[in-house]
Amino acid sequence: MILSVRNLCQGYSKRKDTLKDISFEAETGKVVSLIGPNGCGKTTLIKTICGIYDQRSGTVSVDNTPLCSMGRKETARTVGYVPQNVTYSGYSTVFDTVLLGRFPYVEWTYTKKDIRIASEALKCMGLEDLSGRDINHLSGGQRQKVFIARSLAQDPRFYIFDEPTNSLDLKNQLNMMKIMKDIVKEKKACLVVALHDLNLAMRYSDEVIILKDGFVFDNGPPEDVITVDTIEKVYGVRSKIFEENEGFFIHLYESID
Amino acid sequence: MNGPQNSDMIRFSDMLSEAKTDTSPEGIYVAGLRRKLLFIIIISIALICVAIISLGIGAVNIPVSDTVSAIAHALLPSHFAGPENEWYSTILFQGRLPRIVLAITTGASLAIAGSVMQGTLRNPLVSPFTLGVSSAASFGAAMSIVYGSSVFGALYFTQTTIGDYSLSFSTISTMIFSFITGMASIVLVLILGRKKDTSKSTIILGGVVVGYLFQAGVTFTKYISNDEALRDITLWLMGGTWNASWGSMIVLVPVVLITIVLLEGMSFKINTLSAGDDVASNLGVDVNKLRRDSLILSTFITSVCISFTGIIGFIGLMAPHICRMFIGNDSRYLFPASAVMGSLILLSSDTISRVIIAPSQLPVGIIMYIIGGIFFIWLISRKNVGEYW
Repeated sequence: MILSVRNLCQGYSKRKDTLKDISFEAETGKVVSLIGPNGCGKTTLIKTICGIYDQRSGTVSVDNTPLCSMGRKETARTVGYVPQNVTYSGYSTVFDTVLLGRFPYVEWTYTKKDIRIASEALKCMGLEDLSGRDINHLSGGQRQKVFIARSLAQDPRFYIFDEPTNSLDLKNQLNMMKIMKDIVKEKKACLVVALHDLNLAMRYSDEVIILKDGFVFDNGPPEDVITVDTIEKVYGVRSKIFEENEGFFIHLYESID
Repeated sequence: MNGPQNSDMIRFSDMLSEAKTDTSPEGIYVAGLRRKLLFIIIISIALICVAIISLGIGAVNIPVSDTVSAIAHALLPSHFAGPENEWYSTILFQGRLPRIVLAITTGASLAIAGSVMQGTLRNPLVSPFTLGVSSAASFGAAMSIVYGSSVFGALYFTQTTIGDYSLSFSTISTMIFSFITGMASIVLVLILGRKKDTSKSTIILGGVVVGYLFQAGVTFTKYISNDEALRDITLWLMGGTWNASWGSMIVLVPVVLITIVLLEGMSFKINTLSAGDDVASNLGVDVNKLRRDSLILSTFITSVCISFTGIIGFIGLMAPHICRMFIGNDSRYLFPASAVMGSLILLSSDTISRVIIAPSQLPVGIIMYIIGGIFFIWLISRKNVGEYW
């Protein structure tokens, strides 16, 4: 399946577009990273794809079916969203939160199958010991993992994550990307993920989309598009890229101005 | 994909079966459901007991055995004999039962409205009282008392009969006025808090401001009203269940029951709001419609009940929180539990206020604030609630 975004424009104020004519494709089986400086439109793009905002113009479609023509629940089974900052309410347990991911599949009430899937999602993120805990007793990183588990329970074709590594420590960042990469391969799904860490993007993505000021600056395989030149133009930062046994590594050392 | 088969459903019998020592996430979850169900059953039994006790006590104390036999006789006249004193039944069913029914309905309405508001606005401090709905509805009721006769003319003084019971149009008029002003307040609060990034405190602040606005209206209405209307308004504002009659219960009970069922039907969707509007909307919920519908319904039952009882605060805040501490935040269980808890609190307080200085009686609010406040302070100090929201 292919998620294709065509000539998408989006904005908050009437006069100014935050996203200008965005086009790209994301194919199942791949990890696609969205990178770019703060305020370049990553979050806006993600929320538009997930149907949280109505698009201003252009189309977001999966295999030629526009998302806006699908029913709400069908959309929910196609794209699954993990926000940058998780919201939660007191007295909700971890398991209840993960079970919410099954909402698009439920007719009347959760079935044993839903409970089994939610439980597997918890195990996948290594949270099974926390299942009965209140979500507000967890650390920020654990909460982030709960929300990722919730999207696993949602089992969409396209996982759309907005900076999911924000509050994770080093090991958890690597694990999360590894787990998602495996899931994407195994379930024939696709992960579209906004990242700040260029090294994570370099290491784990099959494709990188670079956004700058609401435009697609470049896209393609990570080693082709993440270059010293691009980093300087997009982020305004000087860098060096080394190739070692484990792949490419980006060293950032100076901001230009 | 397999459709949900019967064998795949979680049955009540599964939940109630012997506690398994299952420590897997599934096991813990099912055990949690069992605990929630048990909690609802226990407080329901407590409510029934309090209702029976409450029926028996008053100016004439009727033994519990006679109360039970009177109820059994009323339900199945052919199977059970009534109490020896026939006039017991009259006292019970004509005198006391309407009042008990009113306390139960009002407690349930205010509590479920509070838990719906807290859930949909993701804010632990909102309730019909803090959002200004109560003040607004009381302004509407005061308006009805003062201006009802001039708005509706002769119709205001007519009595309708439903079956054996009569219902005066002034009651209906108060309901209508209360609902209109109650809706106005919730719309005002929502407009004040419409921006996407509105903080929890802004909504509360909006509610407080709207509340004061309508309180000013109530004060003004009192100031310009004549002696008789002033007495009515003041009595009504104190809050109490002495207005109960079968005529009004015939209108109130079905209205409240239907609304509670509708709200319970939304509980599954309201759960998704706990993860934030964006996630809920990605999960396939029309967030704005859900919030609007559920707030309208909860404002509706709040205003309707308040038009009978006057201002009864605190239940909408207290009952949902007490239940949350025991069974968590799952709206599917929280809504019915809050409703029963609200009834239990209001009915107990009402019973005490009837007997504590018998033969005269206190407004129920006084007792409820005292008992409820002490209980709530105890709960808060027992579990460290500060970190919960």
